[in-house]
Amino acid sequence: MVKMDTKSVPLENKNKIEKMENETQSVVAVCLGTGGIAAGGDKVFRKFEDEIKKLGLDAAVGKRVCKTAKTGCRGLCARDVLVDVTIPGQEALTYEKVTVDMVPQIIDEHLIKNTPVNKWLAKEDYHKFYDSQQRLVLANSGIIDPENIDEYIARGGYAALKKVLETMTQQDVIQEIKKSGLRGRGGGGFPTGEKWASGAKYSADEKFIICNADEGDPGAFMDRSLMESDPHAVLEGMIIGGYAIEATSGYIYIRAEYPLAVKRLRYAIQQAKERKFLGKNILNSHYSLDIFIKEGAGAFVCGESTALQYSIEGKRGMPRTRPPQSVEAGLWDKPTVLNNVETFANVSIIINRGADWYSKIGTEKSKGTKIFSLTGRIKNPGLIEVPMGATIRQIVFDMGGGIPRKKRFKAVQIGGPSGGCLPESLLDSPIDYESLLGLGAMMGSGSFVVVDETTCMVDMARFFMNFCANESCGKCPPCRIGTTLMLDILIRITQGLGEEKDLEVLEQMSDEMKTMSLCGLGQSAPNPVKSTLRYFKDEYIAHIRDKICPTATCVALHRYEVVPEKCTKCQACIRNCPVKAISGSTKEVAFIDKEKCIKCNLCYEKCNFMAIK
Amino acid sequence: MSEQSTNNETVDLSKIEKVLEKYKDTRGALIPILQKAQAEYGFLPEPVIDHIAQSVNMSADEIIGVATFYAQFHLKPRGHHIVKVCCGTACHVKNAKALSSKVREKLKIDVNETTEDKLFTFEEVSCLGACGIAPVVMIDEDVHGEVSPDKLNDVLDNYKKSGA
Repeated sequence: MVKMDTKSVPLENKNKIEKMENETQSVVAVCLGTGGIAAGGDKVFRKFEDEIKKLGLDAAVGKRVCKTAKTGCRGLCARDVLVDVTIPGQEALTYEKVTVDMVPQIIDEHLIKNTPVNKWLAKEDYHKFYDSQQRLVLANSGIIDPENIDEYIARGGYAALKKVLETMTQQDVIQEIKKSGLRGRGGGGFPTGEKWASGAKYSADEKFIICNADEGDPGAFMDRSLMESDPHAVLEGMIIGGYAIEATSGYIYIRAEYPLAVKRLRYAIQQAKERKFLGKNILNSHYSLDIFIKEGAGAFVCGESTALQYSIEGKRGMPRTRPPQSVEAGLWDKPTVLNNVETFANVSIIINRGADWYSKIGTEKSKGTKIFSLTGRIKNPGLIEVPMGATIRQIVFDMGGGIPRKKRFKAVQIGGPSGGCLPESLLDSPIDYESLLGLGAMMGSGSFVVVDETTCMVDMARFFMNFCANESCGKCPPCRIGTTLMLDILIRITQGLGEEKDLEVLEQMSDEMKTMSLCGLGQSAPNPVKSTLRYFKDEYIAHIRDKICPTATCVALHRYEVVPEKCTKCQACIRNCPVKAISGSTKEVAFIDKEKCIKCNLCYEKCNFMAIK
Repeated sequence: MSEQSTNNETVDLSKIEKVLEKYKDTRGALIPILQKAQAEYGFLPEPVIDHIAQSVNMSADEIIGVATFYAQFHLKPRGHHIVKVCCGTACHVKNAKALSSKVREKLKIDVNETTEDKLFTFEEVSCLGACGIAPVVMIDEDVHGEVSPDKLNDVLDNYKKSGA
């Protein structure tokens, strides 16, 4: 593949590839994902460039643009800016939390004298974070420059497309995907091969393949990351899917909040066209496909497939009843197949390595790997990829490094506003589509938010219900009215105004919304409430009966008292109190003067020992 | 263009002509047209909506129906800098509330309001997808990660200093 293409590679790039392969040059790769940039990555990058130029060193500063835009490189943006330094013939070493001031020393000691600056190198937990993962879909992320198609090709990119176009019929492709067991990564888990098969069944003058990149779940950023760090993998999967269903054009519907992903995808589309992987008569196969980018305009419900299609048509993005299914009458009433970003990114892996190989990964019914965005109260927040069937414990403790500040794990919220909160007792549950559903959560798009003992579960339920009430499109009453009424009840409970019968009403409304709502948003909106009621009912009862928030999160229920046996006399609260209402010393536990206290909650936030309630 | 007035006289409609021309033959182009128009004017003034309506052969009501459906579109003028406090799950559990309070206190405006000097508009948004560096505040196109109320104070001061 690479050989075939080098003819059309501009000389400059060709040299670069050869140099990469020959490893004759030292390479400094700076993470320039959104996380990296937010941490000052571009400044570090420029500093390296300037210094190296000034010293006339023979080293290329590579843009190792790490996959993740806002969360940055290699999935571990909390350690940004990450910088890889590779000396020819040696393994790459990674520096973490690099600042501009550190650049000269790294150049002097590592690049020139070949003695790495050990104190700034990434520590053991950084490596543990990666070693326990299985990175298939993220294999290129953080390694290649996403704005350079040659780097993608050099790592086997577009070989799957070539194989498909040269040796496989549409049915072959569909069979292979069916056999692999790949299921939709956007949340529902519908078998991708089945979807393609039904899409292929309908013939029409126009057919569409759509990539759903409207990643809206709060706490999820896998798709953004993938598009930013490996856009060609998404395109390649989409083109193969387009071929399988004989699509005439494709759309990528992406959130406008992801400017870097939009930019890199546009760039990738342009490059793919130049190389004839996209456009008319792809690789002389007589198959033609054009892909367009449509930027969303900020509506969570547009992640629903029919709403998304209306939005592309320029209308209000409100879901409709089904049937007809999109495969029969979707975008502009033409047959349409819609898949998620991560689903498409899996396709070329399956084609390249075979369905048999792929289906060995994962569990009986959930094949392959899944990317999760691990966030919340966790030491190493970031992006991780694990085989289906990995346990919650592995993710939280092995990769995530556990809970910071000596706090205790309380729950993990999986699947965003459609998902649920799972407690400590379920830490050893395997993660796959079926078992999550059984536990009252949902794969969702893959948000994985860890909460510790300081998080109130009633407030968490309120948070998600507030989100759904805001995002409900208003078309069907069960969702529009249901979310609002449930939110009212939850707000009352968090303000200490709850009544015993509220819990029963919440349960009942949850069931009603689930059965009567028009689309997935309304059907799954009660999930966070249901799962917290199932696993953390005692917290609801404490709020209602005792008018206490056990975690002291709900401000209306705070008493602002110091728990003497927990207070370590560290005086953090005293230093932070804006009205000097707290007294105490190294010998004396803190005391809050209620006359002076303005209930700003700062003392509670600053206390590392849960000593204020 | 005057920001106070949305009269026909004060809105320069020629700025969107090119956009309308570009999308003339594109199906379902309304949303991209509105996005480009808003990028041009900062919000969607009434005369602009009327003008787009004529050009795409829809009623202004239909267009307003679409514009008000999506969070991105604004029918009123906004500040020079848009301060977006992320209230996604990860930010929520890392106390994004304190950041919102800070903005309220510092800029003396509530959510979806604009300061009198038209320098800042304050918005709360659900998930900017930067959860790894939560809590996050986005000012215009710049993402500020791991923000504390004190850090936010300094960041806002910097924007104030550099003005419009």
